[in-house]
Amino acid sequence: MFGELIDKFDDIFRTLRGSGKLSEKNIKDSLREVRRALLEADVNYKVVKDFIAHVETEAVGEKVLKSIEPGQQLVKVVHDELVRLLGEKAESMTPATKFPTIYMLCGLQGSGKTTLSGKLALLNKRKNKKVLLVAADIYRPAAVKQLKILADSIGVEVFQMENTKPPVICEEAKRHAEKNFFDLMIIDTAGRLHIDEELMIELDDIKAGVAPDELILVADSMTGQDAVNLADKFHQRLKLTGVALTKLDGDARGGAAISIRAVTGCPIKLVSVGEKLSDLEVFHPDRMASRILGMGDIVGLVEKAQGAVDLKEAAKIEEKLKKQSFTLEDFYDQLQQIKKMGPLESILGMIPGVGKALKGVQIDEKGMGRVEAMIQSMTLEERRNPNIIDGSRKLRIASGSGNSVQNVNLLLKQFFAMQKMFKNMGKMKIKGLPKGAFPFQMNI
Amino acid sequence: MFSKLKRLKESLAKTRDSLLGKISQIVGGRKLDDDLIDEIEEILLKADLGVAATDKIIQRLRKNASENNISDSDAVYSLLKGEITGILSRQKAAVISAEGAKPVVWLITGVNGTGKTTTVGKLAHYFKSNNKNVMIAACDTFRAAAVEQLAIWAERSGVAFMKAQSGADPASVAFDAAISAKAKNIDYLLIDTAGRLHTKANLMEELKKIRRVTEKVIPPEQILSKLIIDGTTGQNALSQVKVFTEAVGCDGLIITKLDGTARGGIMVAIAEELSVPVDFIGIGEKIDDLQVFEAESFVEALFEG
Ligand SMILES: Nc1nc2c(ncn2[C@@H]2O[C@H](COP(=O)(O)OP(=O)(O)OP(=O)(O)O)[C@@H](O)[C@H]2O)c(=O)[nH]1
Ligand SMILES: Nc1nc2c(ncn2[C@@H]2O[C@H](COP(=O)(O)OP(=O)(O)OP(=O)(O)O)[C@@H](O)[C@H]2O)c(=O)[nH]1
Ligand SMILES: [Mg+2]
Ligand SMILES: [Mg+2]
Repeated sequence: MFGELIDKFDDIFRTLRGSGKLSEKNIKDSLREVRRALLEADVNYKVVKDFIAHVETEAVGEKVLKSIEPGQQLVKVVHDELVRLLGEKAESMTPATKFPTIYMLCGLQGSGKTTLSGKLALLNKRKNKKVLLVAADIYRPAAVKQLKILADSIGVEVFQMENTKPPVICEEAKRHAEKNFFDLMIIDTAGRLHIDEELMIELDDIKAGVAPDELILVADSMTGQDAVNLADKFHQRLKLTGVALTKLDGDARGGAAISIRAVTGCPIKLVSVGEKLSDLEVFHPDRMASRILGMGDIVGLVEKAQGAVDLKEAAKIEEKLKKQSFTLEDFYDQLQQIKKMGPLESILGMIPGVGKALKGVQIDEKGMGRVEAMIQSMTLEERRNPNIIDGSRKLRIASGSGNSVQNVNLLLKQFFAMQKMFKNMGKMKIKGLPKGAFPFQMNI
Repeated sequence: MFSKLKRLKESLAKTRDSLLGKISQIVGGRKLDDDLIDEIEEILLKADLGVAATDKIIQRLRKNASENNISDSDAVYSLLKGEITGILSRQKAAVISAEGAKPVVWLITGVNGTGKTTTVGKLAHYFKSNNKNVMIAACDTFRAAAVEQLAIWAERSGVAFMKAQSGADPASVAFDAAISAKAKNIDYLLIDTAGRLHTKANLMEELKKIRRVTEKVIPPEQILSKLIIDGTTGQNALSQVKVFTEAVGCDGLIITKLDGTARGGIMVAIAEELSVPVDFIGIGEKIDDLQVFEAESFVEALFEG
């Protein structure tokens, strides 16, 4: 996420870092680039204008000009200001502690409300909460059915009523939840335009009827300049408690996040990163700002890795890499660990500079599966000493894994190249990673 | 910073429905100076035209104005209007093709939640109202209740419906639909596909396969890929158009949700940068909330608000 914006700042600040001295003109020029990058990232025009003006007064001050590393200093000013705009620290949803705690989701059509309802239900079910999903979208064709299918897949109850207005459905649902000791009730409302007075009144009524603990605006991260209008209207009307950003698994630069946050002042509490119900993350403003500035989401990466990677094992591999005793067996283990960490795209985006290095490279998880299958078809000996893999062995591996011999050749070729490259890894910076450096870059 | 935010909020509350509508206010009675250029720039950027397209439009506006010695503000105004209309009219496509080989297939694609399924429903109604034989095929076998949703639209529009089992291979559904459409003398076969982000290589492969398999039954020139873009989308739409075009081609766009406050300026950027025509616009959730795109009336609406 925010991938392209990171690249932009990367470019700007690399030139800044290079030049020792920073003049006022220098700063103006680079801020012009910052402005452009933010606008291209769909940050609202007014927000950008205020941002640049603010950074300029801060940045052109003595502090920056006289510092030994002005480029760094400017990066810091821009970064700090972005963090501030995004909301300083991560804020979480009110936990489900009463009977019932109520979450109400609203937003424009197709932003991802129903999917997010399912995700929140799953998250809380995993915390052993008794969850009730409320089908308050009586308009969209098959909306109730959609929610029911999602609910069934995770074993959560759906509250629905025929021929009843949504505010009444929600009140009845609350009664039902109280009587049956549900910890959490999640209301999935229909998508609506912020200028649709009738449907906005409906939201007022639902809110008045059930007094939700969380009232979340679900917003598509691909939204353009209009993000400020819709966020403002929803917030003025309903006094939101938070915002959820969806579809951040794509390459949207996500400037809408900054706009919405700026105009509502509401924290962004949730980040939706995929269609599966487990694709839900907490929003971390500092990480996000770091990502925007191309510093990489190191914290996030470390956290993810901790769950999946055995640290001792990792140290061993590093040692092996340096000594060039890294084998296909180790490679296979590594693949397994990477797989445990989640979708590759989201992991790679967290590594500083990698977003850029991998630009245009297809992260092909199927390709990874093929690599896995080929290694699985090798004997232990072959994995440990790939040099012994001759023509007939290749043939066996190919047919055993349902691949062509060319694919086996490609795997070996790229593995040997990688082995060689890893040997020099100590000296190498991650930026400008050669093609084929990672198994998932193999185009097979 | 926060007082600034408050100011921003206040000024936004006053923002009129149409940002471009303000151009006429600003331009009236003024000379084409740098301040005026700045303000025009602001308005274009706020309508989602993006930096690149805005820069180009303004550059041409300046050049045009100086070459023709135009400094009168009204003239600048019509110059700008003409410029944007020109960009949007560069590509023209007949929505209903002249009588020819049948069936014509519309492969409806796009990222998640843009309005594909709804648009298929509206298109079915549109073609049927034009006395065409229509069939729709449910190739979104992935999203919960996607097939059921489309079935309701098939019923509303009263057209033939090729149903699929949830979880079935979407390409095989397309294949079956193509064969059936051919046998039943269908004029238009509309294929609804699952929403997919253009960054997901495997899902884009799946889409290519749907097209490939359909081509086994129906000649490629009869298969039109139509990309559905949410009119609220910002600059990411450019990336969507590029990648979908690479995968399955793009014979036209349908821009949805233009009944909101977003003005869909992104379509100007798309036309300027990528030269893809817009066929229809979606202006609501009802079956007839679909209009054939006309650059002139669209720009008129943009400017007059
Ligand atoms: N890639 C991706 N797709 C998502 C995400 N969240 C939702 N979607 C998809 O976006 C589409 C719309 O999601 P829904 O949950 O139906 O959206 P909604 O807001 O309930 O839509 P309406 O009820 O029609 O207003 C579906 O195809 C979802 O699978 C996400 O974080 N990433
Ligand atoms: N206001 C408005 N809403 C629209 C328009 N077109 C579609 N919608 C709504 O947008 C939401 C998503 O529409 P769908 O047709 O389900 O979108 P989709 O692209 O098929 O979604 P996925 O299949 O999940 O990717 C629904 O609530 C529609 O009613 C439009 O032109 N205006
Ligand atoms: Mg919904
Ligand atoms: Mg659909």
